[in-house]
Amino acid sequence: MIRLTDVHKSFGSNHVLRGLDLEVGRGESMVVIGGSGTGKSVILKCILGLLTLDGGRIEIDGAHVRRAGREAMLARFGMLFQGAALFDSLPVWQNVAFRLLRGELKRPRAEARDIAVGKLRRVGLGPEVADRYPAELSGGMQKRVGLARAIAAEPDIIFFDEPTTGLDPIMAGVINDLIREIVTEMGATAVTITHDMTSVRAIADRVAMLHRGKIRWVGPAAEIDGADDPYLTQFVHGRAEGPIETLR
Amino acid sequence: MTGLLARIGAATLALLAGIGRMVIFVAETLSHLVRPPFYAREFGHAVMSVGWQSLPVVGLTAFFTGGALALQIYSGGARFSAEALVPQIVAVGMVRELGPVLVGLMIAARVTSSIAAEIATMKVTEQLDALVTLSTNPMKYLTLPRVLAALLTVPVLVAVGDVIGIFGGYLVGIYRLDFNPANYITNTVDFLEAHDVISSLVKGGAFGLIAALTGCYYGMQSDRGAQGVGRATKTAVVVAAVLILAANFLLTEAFFSE
Repeated sequence: MIRLTDVHKSFGSNHVLRGLDLEVGRGESMVVIGGSGTGKSVILKCILGLLTLDGGRIEIDGAHVRRAGREAMLARFGMLFQGAALFDSLPVWQNVAFRLLRGELKRPRAEARDIAVGKLRRVGLGPEVADRYPAELSGGMQKRVGLARAIAAEPDIIFFDEPTTGLDPIMAGVINDLIREIVTEMGATAVTITHDMTSVRAIADRVAMLHRGKIRWVGPAAEIDGADDPYLTQFVHGRAEGPIETLR
Repeated sequence: MTGLLARIGAATLALLAGIGRMVIFVAETLSHLVRPPFYAREFGHAVMSVGWQSLPVVGLTAFFTGGALALQIYSGGARFSAEALVPQIVAVGMVRELGPVLVGLMIAARVTSSIAAEIATMKVTEQLDALVTLSTNPMKYLTLPRVLAALLTVPVLVAVGDVIGIFGGYLVGIYRLDFNPANYITNTVDFLEAHDVISSLVKGGAFGLIAALTGCYYGMQSDRGAQGVGRATKTAVVVAAVLILAANFLLTEAFFSE
């Protein structure tokens, strides 16, 4: 279980997270929604230890996430970045097998390559892609490679940061289906950050809405359309009129 | 008046904070020298990129500078009937000063800029964050191999530059200024001392360290966006060049002051 308690994070005078509380159950797919610039990605970066908290506490299965023990914690995580964040200087298979080529999970090179090709196949990419470089791939293919990299070391917690941003609706649907299938078959806990409601409906067990640095609403994905929270309703239905202030 | 003092104070604090961050960065980089894991493959790539691929530009720069130096010394020396000193002064000038400084500046232009731009781009595209999530320390994976490669290969580049520069002076001396080839070589070799060569190599190591550390530091400190990458690259090259010239003065003082 992932538990965030009274988490605060500021950047200068910008208080992004203001006492955020959130719980994600083991094996659950939680999707955090909210407007652009509300700090959704900051939540992930705080859990991963990429950002230091100003206040509050984050626990994974009861263990406090601290900088000191982060290495061991990171071995349990997989992450798909918004822009895929593939390493330009490495061919696709080495991107996927990055963790398997060095460190504690190091495998023989041939074995690591076989695993990488297998993971690429799992996300719908053939072995011919393995020796290409990220710059030679389309945005959708890069996302798939990023997904393959996220699951290569069989993590039990996977984070997805805006997995469908910048993709056409068909490719977005493909990525959503892949996420759903992979998370289910791995039995992993998943936290997804998005403002794409199609993604939310496709992959969420539960949904949390972030507004002004706090979780405004949290509940089962099936209830988002019927919820009586005016903020959630405005966001889910994409209305300009409502309590959420918009710049015009 | 108060506003002026406040601005001076703020600038001083910012400068001190910047120096502090850089010192911590250098200390952290060096601390990884003795802490595994070590990334041999990345080190090999860095050696190729910093050392081997810099050879053409270093060679050409040294060659033309050595030739021009011979012409200048001959022309200037003629005023004092000292034309015969061309081999000795070319050798000392190249080995003690021009070789290390020119190689240092070429490395700042070629290597510092490329390291800063590469790491800054990795930062803005979240590749540095990706490294962390893949249980890999960016300092260890990106910075240490580049710094170590520069520390070890730039002295070699300086040695090569010294030799090519002297050879450039030799060609000009023989074919343009009618020196006797055997005498030219004898005068060059006899005049140089081990102390000159050691100072040249030490300067090379120091300049390589400065060039790589500066590139890595400003790359990692880069702001978001294309403008951030551009600013990081420009600042890295300027700071590296200035630090190399300042270090050259200090090392010259340390090696050659009476």
